[in-house]
Amino acid sequence: MAGDVKHDYHLVDPSPWPLIGSMSVFVLALGAVGLFHDWSYGVYIFALGAMGVLYTMYEWWGDVIREALAGDHTPVVQIGLRYGMILFIVSEVMFFVAWFWAYFNAALFPTEAIGSTWPPEGIVTFDPWHIPYVNTLILLLSGTTVTWAHHALLHNDRDGLKQGLWATVLLGAFFTCLQVYEYSSAAFGMSSGIYGSTFFMATGFHGFHVLVGTIFLTICLIRAYRGHFTADHHFGFEAAAWYWHFVDVVWLFLFASIYIWGAGSITH
Amino acid sequence: MVTTAHTHDTHDHGHPTGLKRYLLSTNHKDIGILYLWFAGFAGLVGFLMSLAIRIELQEPGVQFLPFLTGGDLNAAYQLYNSLITGHGLIMIFFMVMPALIGGFGNFFIPIMIGAPDMAFPRMNNISFWLLPPSLMLLILSLFMEGPPGAAGVGGGWTLYPPLSGTTGHPGPAVDLAILSLHIAGISSILGAINFITTILNMRAPGMTIHKMPLFAWSVLVTAFLLLLALPVLAGALTMLLTDRNFGTAFFEPSGGGDPILYQHLFWYFGHPEVYILILPAFGIISHIVSTFCQKPVFGYLGMAYAMVAIGFIGFIVWAHHMFTVGLNVDTKAYFVAATMVIAVPTGVKIFSWIATMWGGSMEFRTPMLWAIGFIFLFTVGGVTGVVLANAGVDTALHDTYYVVAHFHYVLSLGAVFAIFAAFYYWIGKMSGRDYPEWAGKVHFWLTFVGVNLIFFPQHFLGLQGMPRRYVDYADGYSLWHEVSSYGTYITGLGLLWFFGVVAYTLLAGRKAVQNPWGEGATTLEWTLSSPPPFHQFNELPQIK
Repeated sequence: MAGDVKHDYHLVDPSPWPLIGSMSVFVLALGAVGLFHDWSYGVYIFALGAMGVLYTMYEWWGDVIREALAGDHTPVVQIGLRYGMILFIVSEVMFFVAWFWAYFNAALFPTEAIGSTWPPEGIVTFDPWHIPYVNTLILLLSGTTVTWAHHALLHNDRDGLKQGLWATVLLGAFFTCLQVYEYSSAAFGMSSGIYGSTFFMATGFHGFHVLVGTIFLTICLIRAYRGHFTADHHFGFEAAAWYWHFVDVVWLFLFASIYIWGAGSITH
Repeated sequence: MVTTAHTHDTHDHGHPTGLKRYLLSTNHKDIGILYLWFAGFAGLVGFLMSLAIRIELQEPGVQFLPFLTGGDLNAAYQLYNSLITGHGLIMIFFMVMPALIGGFGNFFIPIMIGAPDMAFPRMNNISFWLLPPSLMLLILSLFMEGPPGAAGVGGGWTLYPPLSGTTGHPGPAVDLAILSLHIAGISSILGAINFITTILNMRAPGMTIHKMPLFAWSVLVTAFLLLLALPVLAGALTMLLTDRNFGTAFFEPSGGGDPILYQHLFWYFGHPEVYILILPAFGIISHIVSTFCQKPVFGYLGMAYAMVAIGFIGFIVWAHHMFTVGLNVDTKAYFVAATMVIAVPTGVKIFSWIATMWGGSMEFRTPMLWAIGFIFLFTVGGVTGVVLANAGVDTALHDTYYVVAHFHYVLSLGAVFAIFAAFYYWIGKMSGRDYPEWAGKVHFWLTFVGVNLIFFPQHFLGLQGMPRRYVDYADGYSLWHEVSSYGTYITGLGLLWFFGVVAYTLLAGRKAVQNPWGEGATTLEWTLSSPPPFHQFNELPQIK
């Protein structure tokens, strides 16, 4: 029947990765519960599940790249991939809505337990114009370098593509390093009440997304060296760039609402 | 592209068969069938749980569950709590959603819009395969320690802290349930992305969005609700998880946290979720009513945009689940008004179905009986919904059996009747075998009588003040509880009958023709063989 296919959609071959990935997720979840409750083999079960999930991601997305190179991603399929990535980012936005909701619920209506004030009594917050400001500049700059890489690619400037991507990846890694440094010098912990909870979970999930975005861009850098991208077919790169901008915008909201608006009187 | 033709040549060596065909599937019809079997299995588990609940509640006193726990009364009480929790979660996440969206959605959405498959066939399969692990984690939670010295999650499907926190349930059972819901949520988000992309990007040439079948409309709206609501639940569950295991204080008042925050986040998801359960049913009922009245559905555009409106309003009414938590009067006034507004687009749908029947040449085949049953029962549930929307009335009825009766009328009777309607409407198309008409009608009447006996008396119980989620009750409530339990046994007979119908149809049913319903059945699935070819529409249909 294949000879009669008269459409450009991509009918994917059977694949083991959904099944293997799902089973790995099961092991991962079981291991996580084991870790929480100090089961003797919890950490090993968790590690096994994590390896399974990571391996699935590697092979699955490897298949996607192989299919792209084989020409399965016709223009209409690429439009589908665009829809898919945008919708995924929309769902991520809604995930962050939950964390901002928790933050504003606590900050706008501080309870008596924390002194009816925000930031809570006894919490020494970060000076927003210190490391957080530098981190803002780093992410904004990385947003421009990824656009530099994109325009270089559009003009078939391979060196510009690589340089722009290198700069973006390095800036992303720099952000993560500064964030780790900031966390280590925090005067409050995740378990020191609602301030630490909202601060570390909101910025922590953002940090995790920076890490994912950096890995995504690193993969694009490797693919750039292998010549996978052409001026008119490089959706993998664009998806990484969209994701990176999303991470950037989330940071701006975190910076504005948690670091600046939520800062107490800063003692320099 | 030239290379496309080349890669597709590999399909020439025949279609995958046996285990490989289903385990490694990238075919929307096979994945849809997997979903339906899974939903059937989960539905049986969920039904057995409700059976145990109704046997226990048949008479005052606690008799049946201690029989299961070897005489341990405390374990029996906790078992009751675990059963109502498990029943709710399983019926919502592992029965209705997999059946309506995963099953019928997967099988028929690509066909109805004239597409050869879903947009992301491989991702489609992980949407399905994440569900068995998720269900396993939930079932496992029944046997792990929850509260000190007892097993299972007894917090109800809403999992409110502090009962679901370390105070109420220090054991691993709640963590398993949380991760189970996380995984089910990932499955649904991926499915939602897949459906939206498919419907927006893969409609056949000529099928503009305003010519699209209403089932496709309903799944499109549903998918948007899933995409926007589930991540918020994921956030709430993650907060619960870190409160339990990492010392955060999101819902912990002593650390400045707020248990009501959980309820806001939960119902910001939870209210759209109940529309997620019912919207696909709306789509299915529209097709069935139109088919068996041999008329196009009345007010097509109104029907489509009524669903869009219901979906939108569904996001701005969540606190009507929280009228007794101490919201201020202005907030309650807003949520009362917004909630009542939902009755408008819902009324548009009910009246449009009736207008479709008006003057139609009606044929009371089994799917049509279920569809009419749906319209009747959903209207009853909708009317009690308007009653409950009033914050003042709800203050008295909150957490009573009136609420239980209300949401079972819209879901257990509404959504489930739509599932059975869809089953009888499409089983010939899916399996290539016809169901026995008389047996389908017996199934309908058994179920219709049974569920009304279960749930109608529960309105009376609620108005008399019977609280929900109680294992025991005062003698004065015993009459209607007894009637309700008898209804469950009749419904159970209906379910047994249904499994008989399924077995007979699949093993010995007559071969189904391409279109058994005649001129009223106008959507694209009736232009294909029964069952459809492994890959349909190698040449895309042209829609005029």
